[in-house]
Amino acid sequence: MTTDTGKTREYNLSAEKPRIDGTLKLTGGADYAADRNLPNQTYGYPVTSTITSGKLVSLELDEALAMPGVLDIFHHDNFDQLSRSPNSFADENLTSEPRLPFEDNEIHYQGQYIALVVADTLNHARAAAMKVKANYERSDEFLTDIKALDRGEGELPGEEQPGDASSIGDADSAFESASVKLDHRYSIAQENHSVMEMHASVAQWENDMLTIYESSQGVVFQRNALSKIFGIPPEKVTVISHFIGSGFGSKLFMWPHAIMTAVAARRLGRPVKTVLSRTQEYLATGYRPTSLQRVRLGADDSGKLLSIHHDGCNESSPAGKHDDTVSGATPKMYDCGGNAAVTNRLVTVNKCPPCPMRAPGEASGNFALETAMDELAVKLEMDPLALRKKNFAAADPTSDLPWSSNHLKECWDDAASRFGWDKRNPTPGAMQDGDEIIGYGMATQSWEAMRQHCSARFGFRADGSLLVACGTQDIGTGTYTIVAQTASELTGIPIEMVDVRLGDSQLPSGPLSGGSMATSTVLPAVSAAFDEALSQLKSLATAEGGVFENADPDTIEIQSGKLVQGDRSVEITQLLADNQLGLIDGEASAQPGDEQNQYSFRSFGAVFVEVRWDPGISRLRVARVVSTIDIGRAINPMTARNQVEGGIVMGIGMGMFEQAEFDQNGYPYNNNLADYILPVNADMPKVEVDLLDYPDYRHNAFGARGVGEIGLTGVAAAISNAVYNATGKRIRDMPISIEKLLSA
Amino acid sequence: MRAFELESVEAIDQAVSHRRVHDGEAFIAGGTTLLDLVKLDVMQPEKVVDVTRLPLKRIETLEDGRLKIGALVSNTELAKHEIVLRDYPVLSEALLSGASTGLRNMASTGGNVMQRTRCPYFRDPDMPCNKREPGTGCSALDGINRNHAVLGTSEHCIATHPSDMCVGMVAAGATLVLEGPDGQREVAFEDYHLLPGDHPEREHDLKPGELITHVILDTPRGGGQHYLKLRDRASYEFALASCAAIVSLDGDNVSEVRVALGGVATKPWRATAAEEALKGQPATQENFERAADAAFTDAVAYSHNGYKITLGKQAIARALRDATARARA
Ligand SMILES: Cc1cc2nc3c(=O)[nH]c(=O)nc-3n(C[C@H](O)[C@H](O)[C@H](O)COP(=O)(O)OP(=O)(O)OC[C@H]3O[C@@H](n4cnc5c(N)ncnc54)[C@H](O)[C@@H]3O)c2cc1C
Ligand code: SF4
Repeated sequence: MTTDTGKTREYNLSAEKPRIDGTLKLTGGADYAADRNLPNQTYGYPVTSTITSGKLVSLELDEALAMPGVLDIFHHDNFDQLSRSPNSFADENLTSEPRLPFEDNEIHYQGQYIALVVADTLNHARAAAMKVKANYERSDEFLTDIKALDRGEGELPGEEQPGDASSIGDADSAFESASVKLDHRYSIAQENHSVMEMHASVAQWENDMLTIYESSQGVVFQRNALSKIFGIPPEKVTVISHFIGSGFGSKLFMWPHAIMTAVAARRLGRPVKTVLSRTQEYLATGYRPTSLQRVRLGADDSGKLLSIHHDGCNESSPAGKHDDTVSGATPKMYDCGGNAAVTNRLVTVNKCPPCPMRAPGEASGNFALETAMDELAVKLEMDPLALRKKNFAAADPTSDLPWSSNHLKECWDDAASRFGWDKRNPTPGAMQDGDEIIGYGMATQSWEAMRQHCSARFGFRADGSLLVACGTQDIGTGTYTIVAQTASELTGIPIEMVDVRLGDSQLPSGPLSGGSMATSTVLPAVSAAFDEALSQLKSLATAEGGVFENADPDTIEIQSGKLVQGDRSVEITQLLADNQLGLIDGEASAQPGDEQNQYSFRSFGAVFVEVRWDPGISRLRVARVVSTIDIGRAINPMTARNQVEGGIVMGIGMGMFEQAEFDQNGYPYNNNLADYILPVNADMPKVEVDLLDYPDYRHNAFGARGVGEIGLTGVAAAISNAVYNATGKRIRDMPISIEKLLSA
Repeated sequence: MRAFELESVEAIDQAVSHRRVHDGEAFIAGGTTLLDLVKLDVMQPEKVVDVTRLPLKRIETLEDGRLKIGALVSNTELAKHEIVLRDYPVLSEALLSGASTGLRNMASTGGNVMQRTRCPYFRDPDMPCNKREPGTGCSALDGINRNHAVLGTSEHCIATHPSDMCVGMVAAGATLVLEGPDGQREVAFEDYHLLPGDHPEREHDLKPGELITHVILDTPRGGGQHYLKLRDRASYEFALASCAAIVSLDGDNVSEVRVALGGVATKPWRATAAEEALKGQPATQENFERAADAAFTDAVAYSHNGYKITLGKQAIARALRDATARARA
């Protein structure tokens, strides 16, 4: 196996290709986790806590056990003794909720699992689950609303996280002496991932080997965690996730339902399938935590930033710590005179652990910073775009490292001109159209460009097809497609002949599908594995008696499925046939290298929004969104634009609708898709996305920085800034609901 | 989901007599309310009587000019029917603002009249709720009541009636035809749904064993008509406030007016005070707003729904303005 940091070459690959798995998905051929049916299978249905905090005193199970089809009920008193996973990100065994299911009788949140009913059908399991009676000792001490703790001035509530604090220069003094100062608080309400495909586990034991079909953004992480929890070697655990109907971060790290299901399958000696309901998903598989934020900006009269302070606070859980570090990226966004200070705090609430949700931390933090920038522009009577341009960071302010590639200025200009920003009237309420007042707003978008270690296998088959395998996943973003495209372009073999295998922990170890790093991480490993397989082909060809006997391998090229040397060529299928081989394959890995110490890697973009506000009926709608983003090279601009568009939809949700609500008893009021308001098709404005094309070869040989998350950042701020332009009302708490607009 | 017995009936008297014999029975038409609530364990019928084969699928004009609608006519069919589009556009608009295309295709006229409140506490059997379990208390009073009513509430229940169609029918004026073990009777649509009062579990004037067979719309009122539904997102959400308005003009004055409200009241709400304030008055924005204010004189706001008073008034003023514009056109 070879290791390649991928910088030896610069590939020039980019093509608009529809998803290769599109037909499978449309025809029901894609096997999602819950589609898996195994012989002799049974069905699990969780019973969940209906109190917010306290103790489970007892369960009354007799009635449920007597219900038709019920096989067993698992709970604290009869559950297997397991070990917690060490929960290390570095060792790739992190779980979302370290507490094991039914570990003790403490109740930390509503929706916490207190039992699992297993029956012969889903309906039987669900009917019996409703008959389980739980007796609790209720505690009146609980918290579900961190806003209630905020005093509205000074420090934010919660426990400071020393590891999150960072500073450059002397932000306090610079702020003190600045002639223009701004100090405001912002918040984002809890958002639910609302994945299209419900979380599901289908577990089966064969002897001491566990196979689990899971909707997972990280089969390797889940394999490793299950191995630790059950105390069996990783080779004895297989996690399969061929297709995922979105995860948005909620499927990165395993949740307890998978563990319960695996235990039940072992105890019953039969496969068990557990599919969570929407309410269970909302209460027990994470969320974007509510965040409170405080931003202070110091500037001179010309709009030059002199300092940035950004303090964040987010919810965490007694059942598992999660730190969203909302302020983390802020010092990298603008040239702030070398003075920035950020902190983050956590408040423990009685909810399940929060977890990453698309653009975790940054989407929330960006909202506060980009709204504050708009407020500063208003204060200075300056154009918000001009203010940003004035403070463009030519290098990473936190390290002074040069950007690997940064075309933010072009993003600003391109989006502004396509949007028609020059027609904006800065006076609130000045642009009217019939009953509606028009508002324009903008924000800068950004997301870190990451890359991880990855292995892959690349094979040439005797039938002329290619095999490419990697233990990463396609969460719907198009990973299958870009891997197939890449294999096709490297070999000149048509894309239809490429067999891509992902979503299986038995495959060479691949990355999480998260952090917008799948493309930059996986493709270099694919090309390294291709090199390895190609060199084996060349060895065959140049070996004694081979077609190019004794030729210098460096003179041999691959073209349209043939090996070519000078004016000689041989079909690869022929080469394999001549050697009586079914497959030639190579495995290799790739990882980032020294470039990580030489450059700062980050993508930027700009988003412009038009809102329409009808004050006569208090109706706010987003009418138009224009975004230009620099993500380096888009390997597949079609699926890449689609990611940005999807991010914009989510940004509209964050800005206008989404908010998980808990009442004074901690009751999750809108715990279903009817009451939790997401944007629907009718809310979709005209969305125009443009991707610049500047390959970033300092990041990897494909020049791609990833695109899954950046599209969401900035959208909520641009909406709120546009709302200010329309109404003169500054809403600093997302979402911008009707009642907030009426009372502001 | 609990198991239940399912029985199909072919004739109306069969359906009605079935109900007389057994308790714990429910009719099923489109099933879009019933099955939801059975899955949630909120409704627990032991037997479900499928009425979809009954001959109640016609829309016909009666000799006196009224429109008779079979209880099984789907929401889509009713909204798209040429007579409804021509003579009762407010009803068509109300129907089309509700739910989604798929749901409207399934939903029946009778089932829509009978749909249950969307109060989340009602829909969760683990929560106290006077409507579901009388005497257990109302979770919404001290809880989150952003979606709840400001008109027609009581100290026992503040849940809204969620229907859009019913608001259109109240504005248009209608009569329900009920068939029961003791024969047929008619009830004015406006009197059919009950205020929660001391008994929020009593939602309507349907006696045990009775079936809704028809809704008869009053003779067309003419005038300009408009249904305006206000909500957070643009579609697929119940009304936070809605208004059905029918305005007839005599020169510049309002000669006849009907105003009905949804999303703000415990039943499909006829805003008589608004009508009285506007009738005979010049059709001006100022008068529309005065009428809107009149409709909410007795409104009671709870901890999270005070905004509905403003929103409801805005819905009325705008619906009246737009209905008036249509009357002029
Ligand atoms: C996701 C969702 C969104 C929705 N959004 C909206 C909306 O925006 N606006 C809106 O107005 N509605 C909305 N609805 C409600 C929908 O309009 C109702 O569910 C539908 O009209 C009910 O009709 P049905 O035929 O399906 O009733 P069923 O579910 O079959 O029956 C409902 C009830 O009526 C009884 N019943 C049925 N027929 C008769 C009869 N002839 N006589 C006596 N009793 C009868 C049944 O026993 C049952 O109790 C929504 C529903 C859903 C699920
Ligand atoms: S408002 Fe009515 S339906 Fe809702 S909880 Fe109270 S009593 Fe029940």
